Amino acid sequence: MPFSYDVLARLDADAAQIISQYPGSRSALLPLLHLVQSEEGYVSADGIGYCAGKLGLTETEVTGVVSFYTMYKRRPVGKYHVGVCTNTVCGVLGGNQILAELREHLGVGDDEVTPDGQVSLEHLECNAACTYAPVMMVNWEFFDNMTPQSARQLADDLRAGNQVTPTRGPGRLVTWREAARILAGFNDDLATEGPAAGPADLVGLKVAKEHGWTAPDPGRAGDKAGDHAKEPR
Amino acid sequence: MTDTLTPVLTAHWDQPDLFTIDGYRRAGGWRALPKALRMSRDEVITTVKNAGLRGRGGAGFAMGVKWGFLPQGDSKPHFLVVNADESEPGACKDVPLMMANPHLLIEGAAIASYAIGAGHAFIYVRGEVLHVIRRLRHAVQEAYAAGYLGRDILGSGFDLDVIIHAGAGAYICGEETALLDSLEGKRGLPRNKPPFPAVAGVYALPTNVNNVESISTAPSIILNGADWFASLGTEKSKGFGIFNLSGHLTTPGTYEAPLGITLRELLELSGGMRGGRRLKFWTAGGSSAGILTDQHLDVPLDFESVAAAGSALGTRSVQIFDDTTCVVGAVLRWTEFYQHESCGKCTPCREGTFWLVRILDRLEHGQGTEEDVEKLLDICDNITGRAFCALGDSATPPITSAVKYFRDEFVQHHKEGGCPFDPAASTVWSTT
Repeated sequence: MPFSYDVLARLDADAAQIISQYPGSRSALLPLLHLVQSEEGYVSADGIGYCAGKLGLTETEVTGVVSFYTMYKRRPVGKYHVGVCTNTVCGVLGGNQILAELREHLGVGDDEVTPDGQVSLEHLECNAACTYAPVMMVNWEFFDNMTPQSARQLADDLRAGNQVTPTRGPGRLVTWREAARILAGFNDDLATEGPAAGPADLVGLKVAKEHGWTAPDPGRAGDKAGDHAKEPR
Repeated sequence: MTDTLTPVLTAHWDQPDLFTIDGYRRAGGWRALPKALRMSRDEVITTVKNAGLRGRGGAGFAMGVKWGFLPQGDSKPHFLVVNADESEPGACKDVPLMMANPHLLIEGAAIASYAIGAGHAFIYVRGEVLHVIRRLRHAVQEAYAAGYLGRDILGSGFDLDVIIHAGAGAYICGEETALLDSLEGKRGLPRNKPPFPAVAGVYALPTNVNNVESISTAPSIILNGADWFASLGTEKSKGFGIFNLSGHLTTPGTYEAPLGITLRELLELSGGMRGGRRLKFWTAGGSSAGILTDQHLDVPLDFESVAAAGSALGTRSVQIFDDTTCVVGAVLRWTEFYQHESCGKCTPCREGTFWLVRILDRLEHGQGTEEDVEKLLDICDNITGRAFCALGDSATPPITSAVKYFRDEFVQHHKEGGCPFDPAASTVWSTT
């Protein structure tokens, strides 16, 4: 369904702001695709046509870009899109089992949505959180150190509309469409919520503090200098 | 004598408001840019060169030398691109860094932009880390408001705009030329080199691409000096770096240490293997580096020593697996990743990874033959050095190293007609 005049007016204002940031207008294509995904929940033919028109590209050129990147969905996903990392570390530590149990529990396969439209599921490649394995993402927020039980509970809470809190993220979870708007370039007001770092990020710092270990004092760099690999410790 | 751990980049991560400008200033932040702006561009580049910082994104190329490749005195616009597309299996250093301390990266980006004469800096961050993107954008807004970005920064006459650009899910975009194509709104396909990005990068203009951790190290080098940085680490692998330890450990986590620390030392600090089990195999630098075994516990984790051991320091992504883990299954999963992420541009990578997955899959499920192991090595030989970019070369070390150290286990799958391991025993919640 083509965009209504109201929607077009809103998109146009946002698109103009995105495009103006870039020295070369085509650089705005990835953000614009996130923008149309935030409008419809996925990248439709209309969304592709809209982006093509804004940037003077053909729909074929834009479609080629959409199909290259896994975060653009060509069909609607859930209000909460759930990813389970099954790359080697997460998979071995339990991600494979979590994904299998969630598929069973929700009755959906990869990129499929529950009938109520609340939750969709996909397996993820490494999401840069290996020290928290097994890791899940919901709308690209971190859910660390998951188990089959906590994963089922999370899925149930999402379907029931209960508030859930990411492990390293803001106090509340935004929807799939709201997340896509942030990816397009428009922040919400949640940046300062949540911890600076999670527990696994701090274990080395904690050990260093316990031992009084620090980088050398710059004023005395010469004193601490030396090829550390050759020195016994 | 150097301390075992030397937190610099991670030193203030336990400060709850570090990601705000006030928090970062309390941690000593935004002091390096004013100092850099009082130096000449050449002095900044020379300082980073003398520090000997080698790129922390995996390739290990000297950052100061790379900065020096950009033309000087030309009239063209220059660009800085920060590669924040961290996606290597096992790598989780840049994402926590940007989450905890986004201002550090932005200060580093401002210093680098000044040094190379860039008026625009793009931070290309993978899209799948929403809160990191929020934090980066929030920090950029604060930095503009404080006069660290924008026009005539701190009265120096230097102008800089920083743009946080979210990717859309593609490992290949960590390859610097594929990243540039993606940043131009195209499919992320690698480009032919030469021309190198320093000559023709984004918009075919001079561009410098550096990893998040590399750029984030620049402020401390400017503040404390090249000698300070070079006093840490080894002769050819200077300085400190972030090591991520994941897998079958008592306490997985992040450690910042001088390059040259060993896995044995890191294991002692982290409480060792879970349940006192035996270390079976590990990666020193992410999956692309291939695997090592318990005979490599004392290899200094610096560029030269890890290479001499037949692997690569890469991104210092240490993934550790105990003796409950099937090496064939682990390598199959990594290979599925490379097949999935192959951009399809060149035949060796596109077709090679496809067949590697099929052969590994039948081996894992006991339907392979001993000849299949030779076939795997033959295909690897036909990918390595023949692929268009580093992704193809990255797909083969996990396989060749696994066959080198665990050939018997491949054969055992064949003889027993299936995988001899119980995946439940490898999980975090296993009680075995």
